[in-house]
Amino acid sequence: MLNIKNLHVSLEEEDKQILKGVNLTVEAGKVHAIMGPNGSGKSTLSYVLSGKDGYTVTEGSADLLGEDILDMDPEERAAVGLFLAFQYPVEIPGVGNMTFLRTAVNSQRKARGEEEMSSTEFLKVIRARAKDLKIDADMLKRPVNVGFSGGEKKRNEILQMAMLEPKMCILDETDSGLDVDAMKLVADGVNALRNEGRGFLVITHYQRLLDHIKPDYVHIMADGRIVKTGGPELALEVEQNGYADILAEVA
Amino acid sequence: MALAQIKIDATSERLAALEMPQGGWSGAARADALARLQAMGLPSRRDEYWKYTRPDTLVQAKAPEAAVLETDEKPVFSGMDRLKIVFIDGVFDAAASDDFALEGVSIERLADTSADIHWAQGLYGVLETAGQDPVERALAALNTAYATDGVLIHVTGKPSKPISLIYRHVSTSSDAILHHVVKVDAGAEVTVLENGPAAARFNKCMEVDIADGAKFHHVRTQGRDHERRAATHMFARLGTESVFKSFTLTANGVMTRNECVIELTGDDAHATVAGAALGDGDFHHDDTIFITHDAVNCESRQVFKKVLRNGATGVFQGKILVKPGAQKTDGYQISQSLLLDEDSQFLAKPELEIYADDVACSHGSTSGAIDEEALFYLRSRGVPKGPATDLLTLSFLAEAVEEIEDEALAEEITERLAAWLSRRRS
Repeated sequence: MLNIKNLHVSLEEEDKQILKGVNLTVEAGKVHAIMGPNGSGKSTLSYVLSGKDGYTVTEGSADLLGEDILDMDPEERAAVGLFLAFQYPVEIPGVGNMTFLRTAVNSQRKARGEEEMSSTEFLKVIRARAKDLKIDADMLKRPVNVGFSGGEKKRNEILQMAMLEPKMCILDETDSGLDVDAMKLVADGVNALRNEGRGFLVITHYQRLLDHIKPDYVHIMADGRIVKTGGPELALEVEQNGYADILAEVA
Repeated sequence: MALAQIKIDATSERLAALEMPQGGWSGAARADALARLQAMGLPSRRDEYWKYTRPDTLVQAKAPEAAVLETDEKPVFSGMDRLKIVFIDGVFDAAASDDFALEGVSIERLADTSADIHWAQGLYGVLETAGQDPVERALAALNTAYATDGVLIHVTGKPSKPISLIYRHVSTSSDAILHHVVKVDAGAEVTVLENGPAAARFNKCMEVDIADGAKFHHVRTQGRDHERRAATHMFARLGTESVFKSFTLTANGVMTRNECVIELTGDDAHATVAGAALGDGDFHHDDTIFITHDAVNCESRQVFKKVLRNGATGVFQGKILVKPGAQKTDGYQISQSLLLDEDSQFLAKPELEIYADDVACSHGSTSGAIDEEALFYLRSRGVPKGPATDLLTLSFLAEAVEEIEDEALAEEITERLAAWLSRRRS
């Protein structure tokens, strides 16, 4: 599904290297988690993969379903099947959530040469998916993320994911700012989207989220590299002992 | 202070090209307006009030030519149930207009009323005169003196549909002067729509008197023909618990100056003036607003948004004057521009002048570019850069459009904005 090879990335504005050779393969149907201390490069990885400006790839490659995505515009990557659930979803006043989502869904369909979704069909689908995530009609009508609570914003991200049906989902600290109930709701939403054809990369600081979204693999990232890979038990180890032991062990 | 010779000459030259309609109830007001105009002279680029907008082409004797745009696009408001009143290059078109009969309102043409006495006598040129203090608005005085036509609307009830003034532009050299008077009786309510490029050069004045508890809604679009020029004035006087809401969409036009002068004279009244402007290239658009609070517990809002690209210019001069005793005034003013490139400019002069001590007035003015974070967010969802930029531009304009109370009208305006943006991309 997603193949990242020896990825080196530095900031465009200053000569600072953030990723120093990341190697990672996410298979279809699997959930990979990346954990790591602040500043290890986790969020940068998610931004570089989804095409945010401000980063320069100096070495290495990343391809999704066999296509080299690093030279693509963000919208092209989305059309191939990449989705990033933002750590801080952006508020867009004056644009209705539903309008935004329909534009997004149909833009992707158009890019893939598929037929656009009619408004009736779209309404039917979004209502059903919104209900699962406890998103009411009012939230669908309101401007994108404006006045949403932290939990509502994250649920809205998962709703977008459900509507866009991506092949590869990256969740960037989706658990940040959520209480236990909200996290469970978001995790249930993600779990409902798990299937054999879809890969997940879950970036998180804490093991808590991984209690709900059970990963197949856990990677520890430090100083721009993946330094250790293991099963779910690795997350528990981090939870109990922190990163210090692991980092000392691989140093 | 004596008027500079250069101003006297420019004014005489302009007036020589005009002919004043004679006789009837408006004669005295016209004569008075002419005398006032001659005393103040037409604006020149040295005038402080015209610092950001060169008045030359608005005052010169002959209107600069303006090409007529050929388009298949359906005019705005086309699908709405409304009473149509059509002017072509400032000349009334009876065949294209609807019958003026509508319950709750009486409508007449200015050019048709030749009697010596008319209800509009108490308003024609009266609100305009009041609006000349403390700033001279010579083009409005010129309008009162020389207007060839217009409509006199007396609202006594709640007419079932909007009154829609349509200004078509056919002649490349037309120079139109129209003057409307609207009187809304106590408790009555009306919506007035205006649209169309009007003329090569258009001078329009509307005086609106809103009695106690009455409501006046106004939605206007000025657009289409790129070379057209317009100087418009709206003078409104608000009674107790009355409501005035005006929204203007301006797209294209090498020269547009929209002045709006509002006086809140009755307690608990509300006035909103809002505008969305889209400009490209040599587009020049100027909103000049003056709101006077002269009563207790009144609210006023000025919400102006401009999207400028390829070297377009936007101007905002907005003032809130709170007179002594106008306590509990709530005044809000915001003017913002979205500059889509570095060649465009936005010039803003927000002013507050307050002589009461228990008021809340806020104002803000900003210029900015498209928010890169938001753009990335939309693109990451698969929306290509062009449409994503359009969505964010609409998002920027939304605060002004939301000032329109009627949802169908607001939607119609949003569709126009979206169509303009998407045309610019293709």
